[in-house]
Amino acid sequence: MCSGRVDLAHVFRAFSKGADGVFIGACHLNECNYTTHGNYHALTMVNLAKKLLEHVGLNPQRLNIEFMSGSESNLFVEGVNGFVKKVKELGPLGRGEGLGDSDVKFKLDAVTRLIPYIRLVERERLRLPAMPEEEYRKFFESDELKRLFEETVADKLAIAQIVSLLRQGPLSTADIAQRLGLTPSKVSKHLNASSRQRLVRYDESLKRFALA
Amino acid sequence: MEGEAGDFTVTLTRKPRYIREDKCTGCTTCVEYCPIEYPDQFNQEISKNKAVHVYFSQAIPLVSYIDESCIYLKEKKCRICESVCQAKAIDFQQKPEKMEIKVGAVILSTGMEPFDPKVKDEYCYGKFENVLTSMDYERLLSSTGPYEGEILRTSDKKHPHKTAWIQCVGSRRVTEGENSYCSGVCCTYTQKQVILTKDHNADAECTIFHNDIRSFGKDFERYFRRADELPGVRFIRSYATIVREDPVTKNVTIRYATTDDGVKEEEFDMVVLSVGLNHPVAHEELAGKFGIELNSHGFCKIVSSNPMETTRPGIFISGAFQGPIDIPESVFSASGAGSQVGQFLDYRRGNLAKERVYPPERDVSQEEPRIGVFVCHCGANIGRIVNVPETVEYCKTLPNVVHAQEQLFSCATNSAKEITDMTKEKGLNRVVIAACSPRTLEPLFRDTLREAGINQYYFEMANIREHNSWVHSKEKEEATRKAKDIARMSIARARRLEPLQEFDLPVDKAALVVGGGIAGMNCALSIANQGHEVHVVEKNAELGGIARRIHSTLDGMDVQEYLRDLTAKVYQHQLIHVYHDATITDATGYVGNFVTKVKSDRGSTEIKHGAAVLAIGADLYTPTEYLYGEDERVTTHLELEERIAQGDEAIVNAHSLVMIQCVGCRNEDRDYCSRICCSEAVKNALKLKEVNPGMDIYVLFRDMRTYGFNEDYYREASNQDVRFIRYEPQDKPEVEPGESEDGRPVLKVTVTDFVLGKKLELDADIVSLAAAVIPSAATKEIAGLFKVTLSPDGFFKEAHVKLRPVEFGTDGVYLCGLAHYPKTIQETINQSYGAAGRVLTLLSRDVVVASGSVAEVDENRCVSCGACITACSYGAIDFYETPLGRKARVNPVLCKGDGLCNTVCATSAIVLKHFTDDEIMSEIDEAFPEEDVALPMDVAVGDV
Repeated sequence: MCSGRVDLAHVFRAFSKGADGVFIGACHLNECNYTTHGNYHALTMVNLAKKLLEHVGLNPQRLNIEFMSGSESNLFVEGVNGFVKKVKELGPLGRGEGLGDSDVKFKLDAVTRLIPYIRLVERERLRLPAMPEEEYRKFFESDELKRLFEETVADKLAIAQIVSLLRQGPLSTADIAQRLGLTPSKVSKHLNASSRQRLVRYDESLKRFALA
Repeated sequence: MEGEAGDFTVTLTRKPRYIREDKCTGCTTCVEYCPIEYPDQFNQEISKNKAVHVYFSQAIPLVSYIDESCIYLKEKKCRICESVCQAKAIDFQQKPEKMEIKVGAVILSTGMEPFDPKVKDEYCYGKFENVLTSMDYERLLSSTGPYEGEILRTSDKKHPHKTAWIQCVGSRRVTEGENSYCSGVCCTYTQKQVILTKDHNADAECTIFHNDIRSFGKDFERYFRRADELPGVRFIRSYATIVREDPVTKNVTIRYATTDDGVKEEEFDMVVLSVGLNHPVAHEELAGKFGIELNSHGFCKIVSSNPMETTRPGIFISGAFQGPIDIPESVFSASGAGSQVGQFLDYRRGNLAKERVYPPERDVSQEEPRIGVFVCHCGANIGRIVNVPETVEYCKTLPNVVHAQEQLFSCATNSAKEITDMTKEKGLNRVVIAACSPRTLEPLFRDTLREAGINQYYFEMANIREHNSWVHSKEKEEATRKAKDIARMSIARARRLEPLQEFDLPVDKAALVVGGGIAGMNCALSIANQGHEVHVVEKNAELGGIARRIHSTLDGMDVQEYLRDLTAKVYQHQLIHVYHDATITDATGYVGNFVTKVKSDRGSTEIKHGAAVLAIGADLYTPTEYLYGEDERVTTHLELEERIAQGDEAIVNAHSLVMIQCVGCRNEDRDYCSRICCSEAVKNALKLKEVNPGMDIYVLFRDMRTYGFNEDYYREASNQDVRFIRYEPQDKPEVEPGESEDGRPVLKVTVTDFVLGKKLELDADIVSLAAAVIPSAATKEIAGLFKVTLSPDGFFKEAHVKLRPVEFGTDGVYLCGLAHYPKTIQETINQSYGAAGRVLTLLSRDVVVASGSVAEVDENRCVSCGACITACSYGAIDFYETPLGRKARVNPVLCKGDGLCNTVCATSAIVLKHFTDDEIMSEIDEAFPEEDVALPMDVAVGDV
């Protein structure tokens, strides 16, 4: 199995289960054991996962990929020690970001549910050919990626979070806006769209939105 | 060595290791306790090691040995290692052991020895502390090196800021104690060291004092430019001498000269001597023992037509004993020498092989998981940190674990027996071994399971040594907790493991060789001489390829005579079938089972074969520069060679001839060096001087790349007054028709001479161009047919440039000759035998075994989006029609199990067996059992 086999689903499962940080060790770029350069896939996945973490208010530094060969134990030790130190500084997942446990739960749940969709988007819009690491970094920091991400993932992720949140119980637009850190008008827009898709409904009696 | 070819008796003396290899587990406890430190030979004696130690971190076998610095061996004191070794592997009773072995053939792979700069005072090696050899520096760069990957000065252990490399140390020099030849590898290894130095420290200033830059290997030109373009890197073309050392700072001053500034002195923090390659140590003794002859440089005496053969039948060589060569050439010749021995001893093939028989596999698919856990102490390695009995007891509490026990060394023979016995006795159907990294021992334990009649994929290894006891030696309690965590994760995974079948594919015993030049023919002959049918497909009406136009080699081989002989052997061989005027119309299949359709003088043929060798050669660039094609006095080096051989009067009677090197390559269009043209120029120049000593010959070059022993011919040409004038790519020579002073119509060649610092005008009767070697026009098409890839320059791309230079990433397809990259006839012959050797490793088997851990599609979930197909660079997945519509399917033979397809499948329809989401997720889940979640951070993460 190649580092490119490490899946978004694996990473988010670890966070969901209570990991405060996830570390991925991969072969050196351009020194592929399989000749397929799957470690670039891993790098793409990590960059994308960082975007997703950031988007749901979790610190992207909780995920780290380091490239090393089997004989470079010192790199591994350095990498892991540095990362553990970093994660300790960040504190427990959620609490470090000022989020409650239930917030973390619904947010990660939302991302997890969106993963199949993200795979489609990634394939259609985001996939990169193997190229230097530097270019990858630039691409993932570019406005182009930001725009693509907004266009393709952001709205879906917001809706997924709303659905995930409502699974904990019915809420008002204002409640949702506050929990998600979005404006009430944005939330309304998402709720309207989700109502049309029969994902959510407005419960007249409770004056709140609930799962359909 | 006594006897003769086919029946040698070799007497070997095996030095005592004082360690029993069969008992030592490589745990290195003895190293830790050994009180004696001495200079580490593997680390160039820069740092210390112990009297008992493992030679280096990837040594095979990975066990320790005791050095002569041991005080017990010297003074009968100590024996600490004996008392700490729980495997009882230390054995001071060992004596040198004499053994006799009977062999049919011998391959000498003695390698080379780095040049020792101490033989010359002027290099100041050993005198100035901060003067190192490139071998020393190589160790400094390594993360397993003396300073764990830090580059430090010997004098004050500080990071050097300014480093200088001096090239050609011990090479290209006719002074006493040094070598006249070019060592061939130093230019590029220096560039590597510069690039790595800049990786270590981006601000480092690197200066390389060099003669010609000889980056003639595949992708080397690009690599050179990469190094050259780095900020703070200077390549200075100048001889350099070490002048003095500052008594206080220990900095080293170098004197050098440039055409612009004249003689200068400059101070550096560190100086690296790029030492060349010497013949192996004790070469004369070696030659005497084996009865072979050496050349004047102390390397093995060989001939171009078979550089793996020595002067004595039955004795072959491989690697740098041929001469100074790089890794790919060493690998060609290694595999090639193997193939030659295969030919030589073919009549005895398989006589020593024994078949392994395993008991039938028990079907446990209907049983509940019954897991057995074996926790290894690894002597003291795990046991003194991790509480092994406690871990065992813990494992017993986990679901489906029906047996758990500890073992001193799970890898010991008696332990393997114990695992097999327990599996049978307790009816185990899954085994978890909590020990070390699966890297070394997983195959052994899988075998143990097979011996117990259980599917080998029902095995899981929990690494509680490298991942645990070795890194947490000061946190025993935490380490025990972690051992339990790791074991629990592995047990969870074991519960979900599925039995997988490795399947045997039959291998068609025939080979297809595409291309009937020197490469294809040699390869075909070597395969056929080992009893396999070979189909040689040649696009032309005659065999021979480009060699039909070559008449001699620099070392004097008559190429046409050689070719006649080779062609006759091919035609006469009963197992070789030649197809002329052939084109390949279709190629399908996979390793061991290819079907290729060929149209040829034999009509349309369908060839079934187990292996394919692509030896389609290369083309020659047709120059558009220097009036080529416009003025008949302008020719290429190859045409010149033909005309010299024909005795063409216009050539042999010319007063003056100018050669221009690097035409059509080392430029933006073709960013590579054609490798052979410099030697070709020297060869033609020497031939011309032979027939017409009075002829004025000029060679306009950028870097003369007469690497290896060809350097001697370059020097010879210089001595015979062939004038070599260097030009820069931005100031190319110009060629115009004109008249000489005495009114003779000539070609006027203008070139800037950088040494004289002025423009020269040369009158030439003939101008000869070193036209680039370019990929054959058919390369792309053939690559498409056989599903192999191309390098950026358009030549075939081998599986690994250094380690697998004759095979493609696609199994069962091999390459050799110019189609791989420009090379000399000698190198081509090395590589064609090399390819034959690799082909034989496949064809000599009746079956190839495909791994059980391959991808598989759940058709019910597949939505035929094709994402997996794009992710797979092996072409292992395709669509096919089913009653449910179009679905993806995996050809398990082509699948390499990297699992990239899994991560792109939106419906999780494609699954990499043995690494399924279910299996991986179960491990992740078990890493964080519910009660851990609420623990404070410090406990959950452990101390750093």
